[in-house]
Amino acid sequence: MSASTTHGHATHGGHDAAHGHHELPFWRKYIFSVDHKVIGVQYGVTALVFLFFGFTLMMLLRWQLAYPGQPLPVVGKLLGENAMPGGVMAPEFYNQLGAMHGTIMVFMGIVPLAVGAFGNYVVPLQIGAPDMAFPRLNMVSYWAFLPGGLLMLAGFFAPGGAANSGWTSYPPLSDIATTGQTIWLLAMVLLITSSLLGSINFIVTIVQLRAKGLTFWRLPFFVHAQFVTSFLLLLAFPPLEAAAVMQLMDRLAATSFFLPSGLVISGEPLRVAGGGSPLLWQHLFWFLAHPEVYVLILPAMGIIAEVIANNTRKPLWGYRLLVYSAIFLGFMSFVVWAHHMFMTGMGTTMSTFFQTTTMIISIPSVVILTCFIMSLYGGAIRYTVPMLFATAFLPMFAIGGLTGLPLGLTASDIYLHDTFYVIGHFHYVVAPGTIFALFAGIYYWYPKVTGKQMNQTLGKIHFWLSFICINGVFMPMFWQGMAGLSRRLYDPTIYAHGRAVQSLNVLISWSVWGLAIAQLPFIWNFFASLRHPKAVENPWQATTLEWAAPSPPPHGNFVTPPVVYRDPYEYSEPGRSSDFHPQFAREA
Amino acid sequence: MAETADHSSPEAFKKHLGQYYVVFVALLCLTAVTVGVSYLHLQRPIAIAVALVIATVKAALVAGVFMHLISEKKVIYAVLILTAAFFLLVLLLPSLTIFEGVAV
Amino acid sequence: MSAHPADAAIPHTVEPHPVTGLPNGKFGIWLFLASEVMLFGALFSSYVLIRTQAPHWPPEGGLSSEILNVPLATLNTAVLITSSITMVLAWASCKLGRIDRFRLWMGSTIALSFVFLIIKYFEYTDKFHHEHFPKTNNFYAIYFTLTGLHGLHVIGGIVVNTFLLTIGTRLWKIDRDHFTNRVENAGLYWHFVDLVWIFLFPSLYLL
Repeated sequence: MSASTTHGHATHGGHDAAHGHHELPFWRKYIFSVDHKVIGVQYGVTALVFLFFGFTLMMLLRWQLAYPGQPLPVVGKLLGENAMPGGVMAPEFYNQLGAMHGTIMVFMGIVPLAVGAFGNYVVPLQIGAPDMAFPRLNMVSYWAFLPGGLLMLAGFFAPGGAANSGWTSYPPLSDIATTGQTIWLLAMVLLITSSLLGSINFIVTIVQLRAKGLTFWRLPFFVHAQFVTSFLLLLAFPPLEAAAVMQLMDRLAATSFFLPSGLVISGEPLRVAGGGSPLLWQHLFWFLAHPEVYVLILPAMGIIAEVIANNTRKPLWGYRLLVYSAIFLGFMSFVVWAHHMFMTGMGTTMSTFFQTTTMIISIPSVVILTCFIMSLYGGAIRYTVPMLFATAFLPMFAIGGLTGLPLGLTASDIYLHDTFYVIGHFHYVVAPGTIFALFAGIYYWYPKVTGKQMNQTLGKIHFWLSFICINGVFMPMFWQGMAGLSRRLYDPTIYAHGRAVQSLNVLISWSVWGLAIAQLPFIWNFFASLRHPKAVENPWQATTLEWAAPSPPPHGNFVTPPVVYRDPYEYSEPGRSSDFHPQFAREA
Repeated sequence: MAETADHSSPEAFKKHLGQYYVVFVALLCLTAVTVGVSYLHLQRPIAIAVALVIATVKAALVAGVFMHLISEKKVIYAVLILTAAFFLLVLLLPSLTIFEGVAV
Repeated sequence: MSAHPADAAIPHTVEPHPVTGLPNGKFGIWLFLASEVMLFGALFSSYVLIRTQAPHWPPEGGLSSEILNVPLATLNTAVLITSSITMVLAWASCKLGRIDRFRLWMGSTIALSFVFLIIKYFEYTDKFHHEHFPKTNNFYAIYFTLTGLHGLHVIGGIVVNTFLLTIGTRLWKIDRDHFTNRVENAGLYWHFVDLVWIFLFPSLYLL
């Protein structure tokens, strides 16, 4: 019985679910809902829309890279004379596309989907809780996220267009950039607030609201991953918020936090007090942005863990090792940030320090990947659609991780920094890495959220087309980077070394457009499957707690509070007729 | 009735109140001390050290007594120790990094 | 007249968790304060960096204590310290079941917060009157930004405390312990605001 029911008249106990209490009006049930499942779906749909929008920006940008200076047929005229004069992309617009693509994908796409959607929806269910610890705070989190995202997009309509100083917003350029940068900063404040409030909710929920019998070491790895992620968000985001405040001061109150003395722009000395430091921004930005990339990967690893255990029909190999590695990874992520700044003139002591910590942080990543690969060994593997994405994740993440090594080592980073090699590296981790994991998660938990199954054939088409195209996009970038091609170049053909790899740009761009088409079966499937007949309960025959609730779960989640009797991945127990033994099943 | 862990009876609790007043007076005194010391115009490094020590003592009083941190649960300590570690990191490492190399 | 339907089924809203010993709200507010430590930590870090790399500090000569109004800020420090004790007494009143005393002490806390802001207002306008703005140099930039953000946190505290003093008191009639916990959590936030000032005051004004 819920602990708060000792005060007589206050409550209906924990039975709201069964008794369908006072019906809430539409706006409280679906708009300003405090139910984590509704909020999870809100986050999910919003994030997917933003994700596809961010992808569209890249589809545009890739035209310029493949065919520099050429007018874009049809679409070029639609975007107006400012952005695409005569259908040819303006350099200023190119910069906006680049900066906004990164910003939108990271802060409005992946994190809200991985944490806001999957985390919100699944974590309370997997720990047997009726909701998050602070349902109203959860609602506020979403309603800080959505306006933040919309404000960010509104930047495109500002004079001079959207933010155009890279997603990294380095000063002095960002300090003096067009209005869109101010909008970027204000939107970031909203987005950061949303994340902070969410992280508090996750930590308290995971610690305080676990079902009876659900000890720390019986939690699904997905929950461990979200737990560590929340600490990263909680402690790493505030420095960026501080930096954003200071950049707003620089831009709106003419301070010089990031402006050094003696800055001259186009022959005109900048009339500010000076005495500031552009490197200060870089430190504060990367203090967040490095842990941020682990925010991008950890929930994905959590999803992969669930899908692999379920589709190999055996417990995860090295479960405790996975948990310790995730915690160590989270901690280390705070001490590596200046490996993004090796080229800023730092001395050998500090660069050695950061290089060393960066090498050390690769260890838990490798351990986690190894545990996943070992989990496949001896498994009765079912190549369901989630499993296809999860299996692909493994080599894709490996490529992403391995290509990080020459970047984390200062000697090789001298050459590779700010080239396309970097873009190839981090996209391998986030795109065929995290995004594939998120697709796995969508296919895996769709029956839980909707009670229906997605079409598996369309899912397989989606997978194979995406897998081929995504490698076509990012693999050539390593060659371009090693050839010395810089990132963020409007026209790569102005350089001989750029011209040498220009044919790869054409290949990449066509792969991007192919990748876009590959998403069509998914989008169709996502909506059309809502009209399928109701699926069986627990269609994946999974062991974790979320499958104890009806699909979709009612308000309050569980008809009776679940009790946990065993570890999370009791598959193929010797001597049992059934090949899975749910955590919540009382019978031995 | 719900129990919040410390302070079981009203009498024991009222004794606690005495502590608050003592800390209050101590904080005001320490404030006076820190302002007074500033008039001594000590050398910069010593002045910084003294000011930070006094501030830390005041902070410890506020945190330990007013915020009940002195009798708080382990979970809270764990969170705060982790935070303190990262706080020191963000406070010191940027300056260290810039000054160790070429100053900008 | 129940609490919000969302509260009804969440365990440990008031009763502490058997293992951690904490109710949810207290845990949550400490986590929030941890993030605030990082926020102000980053700003202090910026102060350290900018100041140590500056050829002179303050950039235009003199001493911080000559440029900024130390007596007024000392008074403000005393005001904030006093508001901290009135805040803890407000919570103690709830623990002792004295809602009337709670109103007295919480009202005093809010009043003292306003005094703090009013003194700050005079400090700021005096600076502006002498043509000293954030853009004048980085000394003023840091001063205005750090104390400004702190001031915003004071305003936030006033909003929360006023809510507890007025509308929030309805919860006292339904669930005294729940209300007392809320006051305690608001107090934790408020003491933190005092804590930040305890470091801000010497760092900016005296050193």
